Amino acid sequence: MNTMVTGAASFLGRFEGLRERLPGGRTPWVAKLRAEAAESFRAQGLPGRRIEAWHYTDLGVLAQLGFTEALTLADEAPALPPTRAAHRAVFVDGRFAPALSLLPPGAAPLSEALEATEGRLGALAQNLPIVALNTMLFEDGLVLDVPAGVDAGEMELLSFATHAGRAIAFHPRHLIRLGEGAKLTLIDTSLGEAEATYLHNPVYEIAVAEGATLSHIRIQREGRAGFQLSTVLATVQAGGTYDNFTLNAGGRLVRNEIHVALQGPKAACHMNGAQLVAEGQHADTTTFLDHAAPDCPSRQTYKTVLAGRSRGVFQGKILVRQAAQRTDGYQMNQALLLSDDAEINAKPQLEIYADDVKCSHGATVGALDEAQLFYLRARGIPASIARAMLVEAFLTEAIEGVTNPLAQEALSEAISGWWQKEAV
Amino acid sequence: MLKIENLTAEIDGKEILKGITLEVPAGEVHAIMGPNGSGKSTLSYVLSGREGYEITGGTATFNGIDLLAMEPEERAAAGVFLAFQYPVELPGVGNANFLRTALNAIRRARGEVEVDAMQFLKLSRAKIKALQMSEDMLKRNVNVGFSGGEKKRNEVLQMAMLEPKLAILDETDSGLDIDALKVVADGVNAMRGPEFSALVITHYQRLLDHITPDRVHVLMGGRIVKTGGPELALELEAEGYAKVAA
Repeated sequence: MNTMVTGAASFLGRFEGLRERLPGGRTPWVAKLRAEAAESFRAQGLPGRRIEAWHYTDLGVLAQLGFTEALTLADEAPALPPTRAAHRAVFVDGRFAPALSLLPPGAAPLSEALEATEGRLGALAQNLPIVALNTMLFEDGLVLDVPAGVDAGEMELLSFATHAGRAIAFHPRHLIRLGEGAKLTLIDTSLGEAEATYLHNPVYEIAVAEGATLSHIRIQREGRAGFQLSTVLATVQAGGTYDNFTLNAGGRLVRNEIHVALQGPKAACHMNGAQLVAEGQHADTTTFLDHAAPDCPSRQTYKTVLAGRSRGVFQGKILVRQAAQRTDGYQMNQALLLSDDAEINAKPQLEIYADDVKCSHGATVGALDEAQLFYLRARGIPASIARAMLVEAFLTEAIEGVTNPLAQEALSEAISGWWQKEAV
Repeated sequence: MLKIENLTAEIDGKEILKGITLEVPAGEVHAIMGPNGSGKSTLSYVLSGREGYEITGGTATFNGIDLLAMEPEERAAAGVFLAFQYPVELPGVGNANFLRTALNAIRRARGEVEVDAMQFLKLSRAKIKALQMSEDMLKRNVNVGFSGGEKKRNEVLQMAMLEPKLAILDETDSGLDIDALKVVADGVNAMRGPEFSALVITHYQRLLDHITPDRVHVLMGGRIVKTGGPELALELEAEGYAKVAA
């Protein structure tokens, strides 16, 4: 209990020290928003395991670290992966890096566009402590508008954490809005230097209008001493689609929370993901799908592969409100344990108030199949390659939903990179 | 080529192979016939390196090399191929990718140049045609949704692609209709030559109508109890194991 309070206190202390200097510090609506968030965070603290939603993920380690803010941009541009898409927004230690970025029309860094986001920033925020922490301390982020009817193709969002020699925290706030019938594929990658100790705490507020489609591919490859606590808050209007694919393949402790509300008829959501968790890592995917309108389909497929002493968490809640008749919901989560010391905690939850609903969920946990492994080896395939093939096969169902070629490429690179490093 | 001497093996503390001695010279096809529970499948798994079997005595060498000391993939690279009685389904693994990975792994192990995607396609198409299989089979996941006959044909396709020196066919005839049986037999016969040996393990004589063995061994109670020419298979079919072995 003490560490929890300490952890919250250090963030609150920084807010008190910085509040005037934070972006919008002298803008009344921003200052008010931050003050309210600070109150909320003060009241809730860093969530402890007594809170049901955090039962399987212990932030004790993080609370003890005492993060400070990032200082300045690194002297040298970090080694970033090659550009894949026409446009790219790069953030280094949470701050927009103009020299490394090429923004499309309708995009700006939050640090510049903040004044114009009144009524928008915070509109989707829920009373979640990690979101409050972000609101209290955000400095930058991506503000992106895709106008109605525009197919914006692909864009990259890249976060890179450098080794600062001390623990730093950054809390980017990304505001993404797609107008009616607009389209975008966002390839969203988080990277960090191997030795860097940091907390990356991004919050996404995403609004998908009628008939618009956002495909959001998140590739989390934080450094092995990095922490990521991310929250996606998305709303989808009639006939719109929000697709989220999240690969968790890095970091020391990572939690992705994804909250999607289907607010108009025939709005759709596909949430898929893969978690690759190795020695000493903890990965948590927590989803909350709010069916608030009729005739909405939702699909979730999550696969977790665990090696060494590692821990994986999947929590998935589907809420079907009374108005959401003819909801078609499906959720599956499966785990593959490659070691006896790995642990997976899975908690699916259905809460249904409508009467004409099709909703199913399932979960499996297993090890690599010895018969399959022997079959491959008996054909001359070395054990390590055979294992990799079976792990890849296990992930297939979750990954095949990603159809954009650039996103596919980024994903398969990340997965094979993980395997080469962590192969057991 | 294959020389087994006084081989004993057990599973979960239960002795299954109780001293097998057998030699298959290069270029010969030998049949091992035996009733259920005689140790036929255990012998095939022990020779191909499946885990879970404890070798308690004896030796098995392949061209003079200690087979039992090698990993399964090393045995495959050396030229040993096991056609499975129950081919394993691999959901999420494409048949073409599987075959090419296996072929290139073996080529690498032998110090040969790997085949690229085009060469592989050409090679696999030729083999598929020869086996009267549908090309569609390459696009499907390994053995997933395959009929019994398709699974066995797929085993023969793998054998044809990997070109082993010694093929162990574990009840490849079980569950096959006569057409599939002929395809399988043709596949094996096509490989016969001075550098190819096969150990055809079967319960029934009918596969041996199509693959004529040089020698027939009768396996009962974990031992070879009788050895003879192809006529021994007919005798077993007519008289039954108990009588022939007596």
